[in-house]
Amino acid sequence: MSDLGELYQEVIIDHSRSPRNFHELKEANRRADGHNPLCGDQISLYVLLKDNMIQDISFQGTGCAISKASASMMTESVKAKTTAEAAALFEKFHRMVTGEGNGMVNPAGLGKLAAFSGVSEYPVRVKCASLAWHTLRAALEARQATVSTE
Amino acid sequence: MRTVTNLHTAPRVTFDVQKVRRDFPILKEKIRGRPLVYLDNAATTQKPQAVIDTLTRYYSEGNSNIPRGVHFLSERATRNYEEARTTVKTFLNAAASQEIVFVRGATEGINLVAQSYGRTHVQAGDEILISEMEHHSNIVPWQMLCEEKGATLRVIPITDEGEIQLEEYERLLTPKTKLVAVAHVSNALGTINPIREIIAAAHLRNIPVLIDGAQSAPHLPVDVQALDCDFYVFSGHKLYGPTGIGVLYGKTRWLEAMPPYQGGGDMIRSVTFEKTLYNTLPYKFEAGTPHIAGGIGLGVAIRYVQALGLEAIAAYEQALLSYATEAITSVPGVRLIGTAKDKASVISFVLTGVHAHDAGTVLDHDGIAIRAGHHCAQPVMKRFGVPATCRASLSFYNTKEESDALVAGLHKVRAVFHL
Ligand SMILES: Cc1ncc(COP(=O)(O)O)c(C=O)c1O
Repeated sequence: MSDLGELYQEVIIDHSRSPRNFHELKEANRRADGHNPLCGDQISLYVLLKDNMIQDISFQGTGCAISKASASMMTESVKAKTTAEAAALFEKFHRMVTGEGNGMVNPAGLGKLAAFSGVSEYPVRVKCASLAWHTLRAALEARQATVSTE
Repeated sequence: MRTVTNLHTAPRVTFDVQKVRRDFPILKEKIRGRPLVYLDNAATTQKPQAVIDTLTRYYSEGNSNIPRGVHFLSERATRNYEEARTTVKTFLNAAASQEIVFVRGATEGINLVAQSYGRTHVQAGDEILISEMEHHSNIVPWQMLCEEKGATLRVIPITDEGEIQLEEYERLLTPKTKLVAVAHVSNALGTINPIREIIAAAHLRNIPVLIDGAQSAPHLPVDVQALDCDFYVFSGHKLYGPTGIGVLYGKTRWLEAMPPYQGGGDMIRSVTFEKTLYNTLPYKFEAGTPHIAGGIGLGVAIRYVQALGLEAIAAYEQALLSYATEAITSVPGVRLIGTAKDKASVISFVLTGVHAHDAGTVLDHDGIAIRAGHHCAQPVMKRFGVPATCRASLSFYNTKEESDALVAGLHKVRAVFHL
């Protein structure tokens, strides 16, 4: 049986308590809002996109530790990445947190994001972990509507 | 109806909680290797063996449709189903069995009244009055009705303690008000509302009142005649019975004046393509094959509760509520949401620095089941400025030891988040 520490890893606790890139981004040219009705998680994401490259990214919002840490760590890991690279990362991240492939997803290449592997043991928390990523996808696709995990 | 205050002074009835626990097989379950501590009773209650056996026996020995059969099984199922109706009638002290309509649950009961009473009694410009602490199921059906009719939904404000503001309520009662719909007990705050006063004030102006009893039927003795409410709804599954069965109580004169809710079999007396004659009460409102096993199971659940005694249950739960409230508020950073004077055994709280959902996950890891979220009462959450709360809701089968386990769990939550 999974250990609670696998879900709430130190790095997750740390990012939830002091989220990085946690502010509005004045120069942003893309923006999207995400909402997880289950927890009441709410996120606003700001992206400065230039030549298909995420030059800068930030977020604001409220939510549970998993969603906040996920947003914080996502902003760190997609900064200076191309949109295609970010999409590929989301693919991998999503497979890991949903436990697709029986936890056989190789966390290598995910870097720090591998800390979220414990989420796959808690199906109701998958939405918390992926909210920021769904919102990023909406921002990059320049969809206007608010993203909901429902 | 007795209030909580005088239940405290009622003679102490000895309540053997360990004996009661043995009636509920699920309480022996282990969750992740730990004993289940089930504190989510406002969401749904566990079922005593007697109810489980009734369902099994019904399907293995008694399954049949009602009420058209001429054969033995159908006749017996019909009799048992109708006996359950009589049990409900006695439980609520309704004037007649025909005032007891079986529905799917509190939600369907409210929708039935909104659709049927609303269709004939509410017009453009009219008002429906609810409170700020309602469950979504006592908000949305009225919004739908108001939208359809061009009527207006009005909301009685609540205080910072989570109590209805009675003066505001009286001010909101106008000649336009066509119905008042309020919860007897709030699922999100635990508040026991002064429904006797609420009903009396509305009746002075000839306005009918619907009481959402989803959270009161399991905890308080209810006498619909003494309360004089016009409608009262509750769900079987929150009262130790099966899911998918519940009750709408309505005064005969209202039910007779209301059109059917759904059309179909069993709700008719005769059908031709030109004209259909509707059945008598309560069958006019019971189209189609009902949840027969559920109805019979609900009857058994109610008899189980009656055997324990609603007064004894309320006294035990009140004592446990006081104990648990004190213990939980002793945890640093805990803030109660809902501090009304009269409360049922529902404790809603937030823990500073921790989202309710994270607290819920950590507690779940130790087999402690609480609810974390908005409890289908988003306007209440907004009123208190929180996205979600943790909610421990206690039943008569819960113990002080389980309350202690919750408190230990909350300390662990704080440790996980370095608080
Ligand atoms: C106060 C209140 N009203 C209505 C309901 C709806 O009950 P059901 O979902 O069983 O129809 C609930 C259930 O949580 C409730 O707590």
